[in-house]
Amino acid sequence: MNAMPLSAWIDGVGFLAPGLPDWPSARAVLRGEQAIGTAPSVLQAPTILPPAERRRASRVIKLALTIGLEAAAHAAADVATLATVFAASGADGHNCHALCEQLASDDRQISPTRFHNSVHNAAAGYWGIATQSRAPCQVLCAYDASFGAGLLDALGQVVVDRQPTLLIAYDSEYPEPLHSKRPLPDVAGIALLLTPERSARSLAHITIHLDESAPATLADPVLETLRATIPALRGLPLLDLLARGESGCVSLDYLPPLQLKVDLQAC
Amino acid sequence: MTPQLLSAYTATTCLGHGLEAMLAALRAGRSGLRPCAFETVRLDTWIGEVAAVDAQKLPKTLAAYDCRNNRLAALALEADGFGERVRAAAARYGKRRIGVFLGTSTAGILQTELAYRRRDPASGALPDDFNYRTTHNAFSLAEFTRAYFALEGPAFSVSTACSSSAKVFAAAARLLACGVIDAAVVGGVDSLCLTTLYGFASLELTSSRPCRPYDATRDGISVAEGAAFALLERAPARAPAGAVLLLGSGESSDAYHMSAPHPEGLGARLAMESALRSAGLATADIDYINLHGTATPANDTAEGKAVAALFGSRVACSSTKGATGHTLGAAGAVEAVICALALTHDLLPGSPGTATPDPALPLAYLLHSRDGHIRRALSNSFGFGGSNCSLILGVAT
Repeated sequence: MNAMPLSAWIDGVGFLAPGLPDWPSARAVLRGEQAIGTAPSVLQAPTILPPAERRRASRVIKLALTIGLEAAAHAAADVATLATVFAASGADGHNCHALCEQLASDDRQISPTRFHNSVHNAAAGYWGIATQSRAPCQVLCAYDASFGAGLLDALGQVVVDRQPTLLIAYDSEYPEPLHSKRPLPDVAGIALLLTPERSARSLAHITIHLDESAPATLADPVLETLRATIPALRGLPLLDLLARGESGCVSLDYLPPLQLKVDLQAC
Repeated sequence: MTPQLLSAYTATTCLGHGLEAMLAALRAGRSGLRPCAFETVRLDTWIGEVAAVDAQKLPKTLAAYDCRNNRLAALALEADGFGERVRAAAARYGKRRIGVFLGTSTAGILQTELAYRRRDPASGALPDDFNYRTTHNAFSLAEFTRAYFALEGPAFSVSTACSSSAKVFAAAARLLACGVIDAAVVGGVDSLCLTTLYGFASLELTSSRPCRPYDATRDGISVAEGAAFALLERAPARAPAGAVLLLGSGESSDAYHMSAPHPEGLGARLAMESALRSAGLATADIDYINLHGTATPANDTAEGKAVAALFGSRVACSSTKGATGHTLGAAGAVEAVICALALTHDLLPGSPGTATPDPALPLAYLLHSRDGHIRRALSNSFGFGGSNCSLILGVAT
């Protein structure tokens, strides 16, 4: 039974990865117009955060807000009205390390700010404060399958609740010694504004099926390494089609044995 | 929303293992809270600890998942015949057609806290036996549960602090409505760890006594652990009498502060209104409200104001955290199960520990459990980061 196809219009894209500071630069690289840089990811604290929160904003918070705001601006959407889905394979790795280090020491009196920043939904909380959005806000994790999980839940909200939903998939690195156990190289993420109705801003229409097709890879070895090593970038083959303005089918790596088959029709 | 059937459910908390223990404790107004003696924690507070978690063995093939959180999950999954019901659903629908969506705030982070005491003195490395993916990561709970039943459907963990395991009901209901799945294992598990015990203490949110929700002299929470699960399926056109249904859900954000609720409970009110809209019900249709009621001064004031503004003082309500403690990411599912018990056993649960309801909050607050027929219950769950979720459950007649 598939009563309602999981489908939506993509109205905006946000992107950040090492060497690719935003969607226009990623788009140019995916189209083969520009070579990818080798610089680490560059982060800035979004100016819409109030000063107190801006001071406390960690790398992962800056990342999530930056790509979310980019996608919303791309779609000319009002961030105060958007439902959001934050998908991340982990929380703030640096904060987690500092907490674990202190809890293993003789002085366990951890800082209250460290504690509230330790929740998996910290970036989502800062997003709410920054955008003043009181809309539903989902925060989920599926380890390496987090991008696919976020896309599934976001499409569920678009299809069932008929509301524009901003998917923000992002990941951040851990410092040592956790880095050796979970070697994510840098911060990176993809944001997609998904809507139930076509608009003048719509870039493409996507429909998703769960199947067992082999996940698509990327021809460029640098991009393929990013896709394979940062879970949030498992959505890159979808952005590849989008960047080229091509219609087509790609399979995104999700949760074995299930993959997400995306049928994309360019506008 | 299209009503969804809770075809099986179970809960394990400091009140005991399974529904019978929970029901007996709720009826008797018994609390499971004890002075904190967990691990090496030295804090002047009370906690809700589940008995026999350490003794729980995981299946050999799933040994990599061994940690307190997954032991608690395994312990809870086999209570009340829940595991059998999931296996029967897998046989009926197929293992690809069953989703696993579970809430947790800290998953198995205790494992990492302990591993940090065993770092290599020279290199600082964590011990070889520490497995980040299967214990620490938030997905470890959903991945373990999916593997435990050999399911192959979609899965994720929701981690929105203390609203986590309420929100999984809404997420599962959406994918059931779309037809992506035919059933879902939903619920939540959170287990005691140093991060939450010392963390809530650092915010001065823990009480040195058993917590007293909605009491005029309440002064903080009792951190607890717990696990609760439900099997959700599309409801038949005519659900059999006594069947428990998820009728509606509402989610919202406070957009206010990371660790304090909106002072007027604005986000809480939006979540309750949205749940009513989702269920197609009016406030007069609700017979009982299971409050989030953590027993911090700020939470209960904000929630109480929102409930009073929306429902007046007509609807019987209580927080059951004086009995179970605050099971954090498991609270939404634990309290959904408490609502299911209330609906099926004509029980209005009281509030152990609470002596004098706060006179500033004009509510029909239940101090003591009593018999009473209820047809629809609303359950509130709110979390850090301003994440709110309300669920409405009903019983078929």
